[in-house]
Amino acid sequence: MSDTGTWAADSAHRNRSRTARAAAWRFVLQRASAAVLALCVVVHLATMIYAVRHGLSSEAIVARMQAGAAWPTFYAVFAAAAAIHAPLGMRTVVDEWLGLRGSAVDAALGLFALLLLGGGLYAVHALAG
Amino acid sequence: MNERGDSTLPVRIWRGNANGRFERYDVPRHPSQTVLDVVSHVQQHVDPTLAYRFACRVGMCGSCAMTVNGKARWTCRTHVDTVATDAMLEVAPLNNLPIVRDLVVDMAPFFDKWAAAKGAFTPTATRHDDFAQVEPASPKRQAIDATIECIGCAVCYASCDVVGWKPAYLGPAALNRAWTLVNDVRDGAGAVRLRAVSDDAGCQACHTHQSCTERCPKHLSPTAAIAGLKRRVAAAAIKGQL
Repeated sequence: MSDTGTWAADSAHRNRSRTARAAAWRFVLQRASAAVLALCVVVHLATMIYAVRHGLSSEAIVARMQAGAAWPTFYAVFAAAAAIHAPLGMRTVVDEWLGLRGSAVDAALGLFALLLLGGGLYAVHALAG
Repeated sequence: MNERGDSTLPVRIWRGNANGRFERYDVPRHPSQTVLDVVSHVQQHVDPTLAYRFACRVGMCGSCAMTVNGKARWTCRTHVDTVATDAMLEVAPLNNLPIVRDLVVDMAPFFDKWAAAKGAFTPTATRHDDFAQVEPASPKRQAIDATIECIGCAVCYASCDVVGWKPAYLGPAALNRAWTLVNDVRDGAGAVRLRAVSDDAGCQACHTHQSCTERCPKHLSPTAAIAGLKRRVAAAAIKGQL
């Protein structure tokens, strides 16, 4: 095979490998973030029910958020998991339902992920002070 | 009943290409009649221009699959009694594949995807080597037993929602074949095959709807095979082997 042919084959191999790794890591990240979200949603809902049934005021809830690092850390992890999980799911939806794919879509979804993460962490910071 | 008092079955059969239409035929009913018998009757006694495929008639060759009353089925082993519950039969070409004419679809995209998924065995031994020793009870051989009986009928492919939404998706049969070879200890394609099935159009695209598993006439589970590929590909990515 000529040098040009070898280079083209190597390049195609690297591209194939990169594509395969990216798809595999998207899968791993979506499943892992789903597992984290499943736990976070259960804890979040249980906490909400507890707060409502025990008549906790918003001031009391904010005070508990500010009492230590545990709750802010929990909700930061919750926000990060949502910021990973939602754009990956949206990527599949816009691909299959709207036929939209490619680097521009990935860039837009990356921005969506940053917005979710930024919004979530901003809310945690606002509550935890 | 016709004028002679024989029982007949009204049958609607797709004619023409993708812009074709259903045409109605009345076919005599017989005990233990299969859908393929019905289609063959129309071709042999009513309209010899009807195009359809079949070969073995005994559920081995995988060539006679069609859409019967809305669901993909192998017609040679499907009794009319089990599907014509409203005393009406509708026979159409398989979904998700280009229609050539009448009940014949172009199977090229289906088999091209087997090739894209590296569905060909890659030998590692030569004629000078001894036979491979594969323990029948070994987990890998057991995994192969669960997938090897695929006859390539494309019923799973025609039933898959994801193929309908994303035509590049490799589909259940090609991925089932890839999983068979991933478990074959004699095969040498290894990471090459895992890379071939890890893609936006690869195993990760499966939504686990399980239509393929529900409709497979050989009672295989392409869904389980695809889940196995997902796990194997993810493990390879984490270990840096992809």
